[in-house]
Amino acid sequence: MTTETSEGLRAWLLTETPHSRWQARMGSFYQGWLTLRGNPMAMFGIAILVLLLLLAAFAPLIAPHDPFAQDLSNRLKPLGTAGHMLGTDSLGRDILSRLIHGSRITLYIVALVALIAPIAGLLVGTVSGYLGGWVDLVLMRVTDIFLAFPRLVLALAFVAALGAGIENAVLAISLTAWPPYARIARAETLTIRNSDYISAVRLQGAGPLRIITKHIWPLCISSLIVRVTLDMAGIILAAAGLGFLGLGAQPPSPEWGAMISEGRRFILDHWWVATMPGLAIFTVSLAFNLLGDGLRDVLDPKDGSQ
Amino acid sequence: MALAENTGKGRRTAPLAPWIRGTAKTIGSIAVTMLGLLFVTFVIGRVMPIDPVLAIVGERASQSTYQQVYEQLGLDKPLIFQFGYYLWDVLHGDFGMSLLNARPVSEDIARVFPATLELATLGTIMGVALGVPLGVVAAVRRGSWIDQLARVVALVGYSMPIFWLGLMGLLVFYGVLGWVGGPGRLDIFYQDIVPTRTGMILIDSAIAGDWSVFKNAFSHLILPASILGYYSLAYISRMTRSFMLEQLSAEYITTARVKGMSEWLVIWRHAFRNIRVQLITVIALSYANLLEGSVLTEIIFSWPGIGSYITTALLSADMNAVLGGTVTVGLIFVLLNVFSDLLYRVFDPRAK
Repeated sequence: MTTETSEGLRAWLLTETPHSRWQARMGSFYQGWLTLRGNPMAMFGIAILVLLLLLAAFAPLIAPHDPFAQDLSNRLKPLGTAGHMLGTDSLGRDILSRLIHGSRITLYIVALVALIAPIAGLLVGTVSGYLGGWVDLVLMRVTDIFLAFPRLVLALAFVAALGAGIENAVLAISLTAWPPYARIARAETLTIRNSDYISAVRLQGAGPLRIITKHIWPLCISSLIVRVTLDMAGIILAAAGLGFLGLGAQPPSPEWGAMISEGRRFILDHWWVATMPGLAIFTVSLAFNLLGDGLRDVLDPKDGSQ
Repeated sequence: MALAENTGKGRRTAPLAPWIRGTAKTIGSIAVTMLGLLFVTFVIGRVMPIDPVLAIVGERASQSTYQQVYEQLGLDKPLIFQFGYYLWDVLHGDFGMSLLNARPVSEDIARVFPATLELATLGTIMGVALGVPLGVVAAVRRGSWIDQLARVVALVGYSMPIFWLGLMGLLVFYGVLGWVGGPGRLDIFYQDIVPTRTGMILIDSAIAGDWSVFKNAFSHLILPASILGYYSLAYISRMTRSFMLEQLSAEYITTARVKGMSEWLVIWRHAFRNIRVQLITVIALSYANLLEGSVLTEIIFSWPGIGSYITTALLSADMNAVLGGTVTVGLIFVLLNVFSDLLYRVFDPRAK
């Protein structure tokens, strides 16, 4: 892009008199991005996540070896072995390649949960908040019941009922993750519900469905996004925990939690087998936490000081 | 108490009625929550791909034996009746028999629970002892190196998989340095020396006056408790900091400072005093979280607590044990939540 067009784009984004809804929306995104860019920790988080996305997208091209290829004559080789930078595991598989391929599984789980849980929470919360009455009472009671359960134990019980596997782990984590979103969405809805513009829309003849989807949802999104980003780390840790317990992704899948579980048996003699996947989990969830903190400062300035 | 002075005259004339109504409401909501909790576990138990009859009679039982047990378990009745039986049993402390060792699940839970309690309690004590001062100092010296340190401590705590941290702890402090005891609660020579009273070995050995057992138990407990304590510390220090910041920006603090009160008194006698209730709530929540967080930690440290119990039962498809354990942990979770709610209601005049 030449400097001229980028200047033009900047002016278009920062104009105080946008000509379309699209331009206004893009402009506010750009403003947010400018604030976020001033936060070095958040940018560091974004950098890690972009790297992770690239790793996952081009895993077969980047990984030096096949993540499933066993080589029993080369088992448990330490870090820095020629051809195996991060060593090999108990079946002689290259740990680096497994980590790179494992990033796909992590992203897959996070993406699915981050879609399912907030959408379910948004539905329940807005309907509950807007309709009120006994609908509100029932839905909020259900939410409270799910909140009352310890999350990991509930996920364990669900996986026990559904059977082990990635999809069931996703379902179990989502089932335990939606209630906070419902609470947030309901609280937002309650503040929006009685505002003048909603009454205006209602007087124009809009039904509850239209009001909720077109006028309430858009306003709930930003607080949900912050919450999702801050939750991502927890989702990764929960998924890794289920994998570690043997209830998530099944072997020989290179899921990071399952890799730690495999390496656990050799922890005292061959420490790197369990250490490396743990470092990967730590790095990625740290990145999500840093980004989440930064986003909260941009989208939710009232909590920014905390 | 200072709080009593804040309540106005109007409240003092009729303080009891709203309190009773509030309590009734709380009890009602606990009952509904517990009912829901039991309903969820009941449903989980029903959709399990395991046939409870086959699990008891075995695969080679005759059709008539199968039918007999089927009716004994009440499986021929409508679901709502089955739920009723389940409720009845649970209310009488009966979670059924464990399929694995053919003993009542409730006995098993009573046996393993003290181990978890010991772990989580010591962890919480560590988290509070370090987390509260760290949070207060971080708020008072906002932006200083200690504030940065508190931030990093919390961030790392929120980002690190607990089971991995436990493994690394074992590797370094047990494997390399040899400072602590390894997995398990006691070395094999020390097992079954001290009579079981509370089930918490530190307390039992202290009662028996056997300090060598105490020392050994402590060397095993200290690492997993520190790991749990670190997570509690991360959460508590962060919350303490934000509560304190809120208080320190209030006008009464400025007034106290203008009056010439020493900074120490301003912080501890004024600001800190006002966050005590919030803090206790947070500590109760963190305690509940530790009971749950101990699931993974217990696996790593071969700690025979409720987390290990549920997981072992899960992997061997012992459904009564899984559900019994889940209900127990859920119940404690609910009670701790209610407890912190109640504290708020009693001590915070604004919540009335």
